[in-house]
Amino acid sequence: MIARHPLLRRVLEALATLLGVAVLVFVMLRAIPGDQVTASLGTEAAALTPAQRAALEAYYGLDQPLPVQFLSWLGAVATGNLGASQRTGESVLDMTASALPITLELAVLSLLIGLVLGIAAAMLSASRPNSARDAVGQAVGLAGLSVPAFLLGSALLALSSRFLGYNPNAEQFAPLTADPWLHLQQLVMPALVLGFGLAAPIMRTARSALLEVRSQDYVRTARGKGVGPRRLALRHVLPGALVPIVTMTGLQFGYLLGGAVVVEQIFSVPGIGRQVLLGIQQKEYAVVQSTVLVIALTFVLVNLGTDLLYRVIDPRVRAA
Amino acid sequence: MRRATGAVVAACAVVLAACSGGGAAPSGGAAASSLVVGATSDPDTLFPWKATQFQAVNVLEQLYGTLTELDADLEVVPGLAESWEVSEDGTTVTFTLREGVTFADGSAFDSADVKASLDRIRDEATGAVARASLESVASVEAPDPRTVVLTLTGPDAGLLAALASVNLAILPSDATEEALQATPNGTGPFTLTQRTPNQSIVLEPNPNFWGGAPKVPSLEFRVIPDETSIVAAMQSGNVSFAVFDDPLVAQSAEGSGLTVTKTPQLSYHVLQLNARRAPLDNLDVRLAIQCAIDRQQVLDTAALGEGEVTGPITSPAYRSDPAARPCPQRDLDAAKHHLAAAGHAGGLTLSTIVSQGEYATSVNEATNIQAQLAEAGITLNLEVLESGAYVDRWVAADFETAVALNGGRPDPDGMYGRYFTSTGNLNEVAGYSSPELDALFAQGKATSDPEARKAIYQEVSRHLEDNAVWVWLFTSYTYTATGPEVSGFTPMANGSLKFLRETTVGGS
Repeated sequence: MIARHPLLRRVLEALATLLGVAVLVFVMLRAIPGDQVTASLGTEAAALTPAQRAALEAYYGLDQPLPVQFLSWLGAVATGNLGASQRTGESVLDMTASALPITLELAVLSLLIGLVLGIAAAMLSASRPNSARDAVGQAVGLAGLSVPAFLLGSALLALSSRFLGYNPNAEQFAPLTADPWLHLQQLVMPALVLGFGLAAPIMRTARSALLEVRSQDYVRTARGKGVGPRRLALRHVLPGALVPIVTMTGLQFGYLLGGAVVVEQIFSVPGIGRQVLLGIQQKEYAVVQSTVLVIALTFVLVNLGTDLLYRVIDPRVRAA
Repeated sequence: MRRATGAVVAACAVVLAACSGGGAAPSGGAAASSLVVGATSDPDTLFPWKATQFQAVNVLEQLYGTLTELDADLEVVPGLAESWEVSEDGTTVTFTLREGVTFADGSAFDSADVKASLDRIRDEATGAVARASLESVASVEAPDPRTVVLTLTGPDAGLLAALASVNLAILPSDATEEALQATPNGTGPFTLTQRTPNQSIVLEPNPNFWGGAPKVPSLEFRVIPDETSIVAAMQSGNVSFAVFDDPLVAQSAEGSGLTVTKTPQLSYHVLQLNARRAPLDNLDVRLAIQCAIDRQQVLDTAALGEGEVTGPITSPAYRSDPAARPCPQRDLDAAKHHLAAAGHAGGLTLSTIVSQGEYATSVNEATNIQAQLAEAGITLNLEVLESGAYVDRWVAADFETAVALNGGRPDPDGMYGRYFTSTGNLNEVAGYSSPELDALFAQGKATSDPEARKAIYQEVSRHLEDNAVWVWLFTSYTYTATGPEVSGFTPMANGSLKFLRETTVGGS
């Protein structure tokens, strides 16, 4: 009954989602062939005696039954202990505390670039549907959707290094507090790559939303009152089209966290994506499980935030 | 509206500012002549006895010293031991240690450190990966600070080469694994000054190194996970040294004006046959496979011809003649003849496991071998596996044939003794053993005269090829890329970066 309250229901849903993610990532990691022993020793694992193998499995906690492994991990997570990397001994909480802000920063920068590029292109396209201008906008959108981030990223990096001699990402990564200027430069290229990929779906959603709003009565009325085209586009049409754009942007945030894995690898950015990838490569179960859970939590929170944002930008939702 | 415009302006300013900052940034980079090495991965351990990952070995060999070392041709030369003497019967080795050597923390190195290190490596509880290399050692004595005496259970001529591995590095007698993980403390040419996990390791020259302090003011291993990004970093001048395995990456490095040196590797590409399983237990079936495969064609189609056809032994000093085998060239008639002799004139179906992702050429090698065998009437079914699954099957010897890339070692006993002696710990994976091979390997261990040893391992090689135990295909190159200012580095076939200690950057 209490669960009828919309906010509480959202929170319960979010918790259920997180539990689902936890089960899924736990099972999937163990379904991948190989374990930490073969990941660290490779084919040399063949030379282990059974006693050595058993000792290593006990060290990595692999000798426990799966439900015990799962529950002890989940129990620890519930008390804020995300486990530790067996390789470096560093706690996942500490690793995440330094990696997550970098990825979030990258995501916000990409969102900005994506929104600016996407909405600008959409307004250009929608201002004269089916014109040459529209075709150009649409083509750019299609390119953004089709060119994979790893290709765009490698190309950008290679061209700028070769012809401009400019490659901030080859320097040691500079934390924001140590060298903000270099730090920003190191995030710009990856953010451009992610932002370009993000601009495409935003552009397509925004274009159709803008076209729909343009045909509405209140726009015609405004135009009849003599509102100029600039003011009309920015004050009347765009706000009406914001809801689908915001929804799309919120959903794309998940894409950003996923895309970060690829882009952080290419540009050597020590964010959460590389943390997951390294964990998978080294079969560091605790690192992957807890980091994926953190990513899922971020995603859930962002979507919750998106829902709240509707109330701000759309009076109808506020009333409901 | 004002807000929206503000955001647009701010975003554009960020983008423009960052781009216009372009020209100035790289010149402000690392100090003039320090050497920055691009590495795809951070060392997975800093404890030398447990390091198997080559990025870890590459860093650790700068920090730690070994009793013996290998020269550019992989011949044994003095290390921490300046000389040694092997007794007439080969069962006692007496080392004389260098004087005046210190660890990074300033403490003195002496025979007690050697004894403690070797004893701990031999203790199974330590979990040292190279424990098996010391299997022949019965006891280690340190009669005086400069002398170490190894008493062996039997002659072991391969021991001296094995001792050059950083997995048998000499550690201070009182050092613990935990302490060394945090603060390495060795006798190597460099010492560690700064480490940022997953990003960078900075070393500085050890002024007291017995071979003379290295010439570069600092040596940094910078982690750049993507090989293509390392090439970009070399083009922009931020990184000046890197080692690549992928010929395409090496080509793009060469195309952009970097110096690229090719070195044949010790590791070898091979079609492993499990000769304990029917029908591969039949020599004629194995010979049919050997005769049906043109190794050069596999090399050309799968690896762009970037490598050399090889026999079993790849170490420069002991190298097998690739033509010394029953079918020196591809011979389909001979293949069909052998098949018929085995009672499979109508054809034969085999399966092979192939790793996807472990190394770039595996699947292309497998499909080319498949096509070549088909012409001889042998159907080869490919099981392409994710690398973890492949390793599981390989380790369990659960395959008929396997397309594999196996590591090599400088000494042929260390390289194949564990595979092809009946008591070797990888013999099950090798799928073959014979009394002749057991006798030859025993003889090789008992002979310390280098020329006599070479003759024995030629026999081993001949036996392996005559019995078509596996089909050895080719060795790839390692590509060492260096920037315009870098000189003095000598690449080694075992992938060691030992000669970074003699490398210079710029005119210094």
